[in-house]
Amino acid sequence: MAETINEVKFSDAAMAEIQRYISHYPEGRHKSALLPILHIAQAEFGGWVSPEVMDKVAEILDIQPIEVYEVATFYTMFNLKPVGKHVLEVCRTGPCCLRGADELINTLKRKLNIEEGETSADGMFTLKPVECLASCGTGPMLQVRELFYENIDSEERVDEFLAMMRQKEHETPVWAQQS
Amino acid sequence: MGLKILTEHINVPGIETLEVYRKHGGYKSVEKALKTMSPEEVVEEVKTSGLRGRGGAGFPAGMKWSFLAKPEGVPRYLVCNADESEPGTFKDRWYMEKNPHGLIEGMITSSYALGANTSYIYIRGELMFILRILEKAIAEAYAAGLLGKNIMGSGYDLDLHVAPGGGAYICGEETALLESLEGKRGNPRNKPPFPAVKGLFQSPTVVNNVETISSVPWIVNNGGAEYAKVGIGRSTGTKLISASGNINNPGVYEIELGVPVEEFIYSDEYCGGIWKGRQLKAVVPGGSSVPILPANLILKTAAGEDRLMTYESLSDGGFVTGSMMGSGAFIVFDEAQCIVRNTWNYSRFYHHESCGQCSPCREGTGWMEKVLHRIEHGHGHQQDIDLLVSVAKQIEGNTICPLGDAAAWPVAAAIRHFRDEFEWHIKHPKEATAPGAVYRGQLDAVTA
Repeated sequence: MAETINEVKFSDAAMAEIQRYISHYPEGRHKSALLPILHIAQAEFGGWVSPEVMDKVAEILDIQPIEVYEVATFYTMFNLKPVGKHVLEVCRTGPCCLRGADELINTLKRKLNIEEGETSADGMFTLKPVECLASCGTGPMLQVRELFYENIDSEERVDEFLAMMRQKEHETPVWAQQS
Repeated sequence: MGLKILTEHINVPGIETLEVYRKHGGYKSVEKALKTMSPEEVVEEVKTSGLRGRGGAGFPAGMKWSFLAKPEGVPRYLVCNADESEPGTFKDRWYMEKNPHGLIEGMITSSYALGANTSYIYIRGELMFILRILEKAIAEAYAAGLLGKNIMGSGYDLDLHVAPGGGAYICGEETALLESLEGKRGNPRNKPPFPAVKGLFQSPTVVNNVETISSVPWIVNNGGAEYAKVGIGRSTGTKLISASGNINNPGVYEIELGVPVEEFIYSDEYCGGIWKGRQLKAVVPGGSSVPILPANLILKTAAGEDRLMTYESLSDGGFVTGSMMGSGAFIVFDEAQCIVRNTWNYSRFYHHESCGQCSPCREGTGWMEKVLHRIEHGHGHQQDIDLLVSVAKQIEGNTICPLGDAAAWPVAAAIRHFRDEFEWHIKHPKEATAPGAVYRGQLDAVTA
């Protein structure tokens, strides 16, 4: 597998950010940086973490690959399969449902012609219902990468949102902006 | 308008910058504590204040601090729990976004009191945009000599870091949070040992909620006794309430503990009443895990007294006729909402979020979700209601962490107060599954 690992290369900006996180922890406790590094990896490599990427993370932290797999599979933010350009993480929990989250999810399914967990035919959107995002006062809402889109409570707002996202490129994470 | 301890300056333009924050009295508590008080004196003030943990458990913060073990030559840690994940709760996210220096000031003053030289803010990974705000503010604080070596010439050193989670409700439980902060799966630890003895990196650790820590500067500046004068009885001070659901003005409100529930729901100063001119059906007053109460029991206690926004009044009547303050997540249901559907939704949440370590929770939450799903979708059996009560009982108290209880309570409470609505779903599946159908206390389906 060594050849595959070698193909995964983090950018200099990403490596600098990884080192910054590692420096936050005491000597010998560098594994603590695993979650932040997985976030960086996901932003670097198309919104998901492949086994090869996870192996690379293990190599960077000098831990066993299984220690990365068991963490990446536990936390719902890490996508373990390829995703569309924009992953629509729609809150489906109670408080948002009181204000129309079920309708939002159904409208997105209909307009994108996909079911939950699927990616639209043009590769633009993946629909990923998630649990409470701490935005209950402004529901129904969804998250794409680092940003929240709130009060999407009508079909017109869904249309506006999708039209905007079709034009939109990913924001560059703060740590990658200097380079 | 009550006293605003946390939010007095929250709408001042630029308050997220160090310059504006300091203009409005920011970081005074750091100077006062580090230059004129011993760490023990700060702990004493927090004890005197009666401040209780604002994350949900309501445990007295000063007492928690005094349990911290202090073995020679072993570092101690303060970890801020910013993993706000309890459905209905968004106060910490709102506070950190608007006033990041408020939390950082609290972290410095509290870390000094506990003798911690490295502290962490563990924030849920979905709030990465808040992490960026906090990191920007922390960089300003370092540049101004409020963090780092020899803070304000006091000889006290503190490093403060922010760490993101990865999307797991369980990491709001303090030992699961510590596991996650160490780069592992968020499986709660067996207690004892408690974090106060063996916490982060096996060192003595205090874990406190964002709001708890952010209340400390005011207490240091004004004295614990002054804080204790606000509120009623053992519910001292102010509380941030996240108001959501079918109300006119959802949002975060800082209240002096003791405001009547009725005033909180209907006053324009707070929720502004039920939206669309509808009637109040029920309230979950403290986050999805606390018992739901029907309108009559949230407004008045069983004894007929006004229900107040305090720890004691919200829990008056125990779980038979009361609920809990919890995290202060106040979720309001109007007459058009289906209790069965909502209970199924919550059960799905807890099933999804169970870490899987303890069988009663891992299996029981799945059973509850499955049974509630079939009732909601018109395939319920007559014995399902008792089955749910039985499963909930077998989860409660039989798990390492409180997620089991949190999953069991809402189901038990929904059946306790809305049993006829569950029975209607089972007896009249066709009517109950019609679009917009809602049970209104009689056996008639009303199309919304």
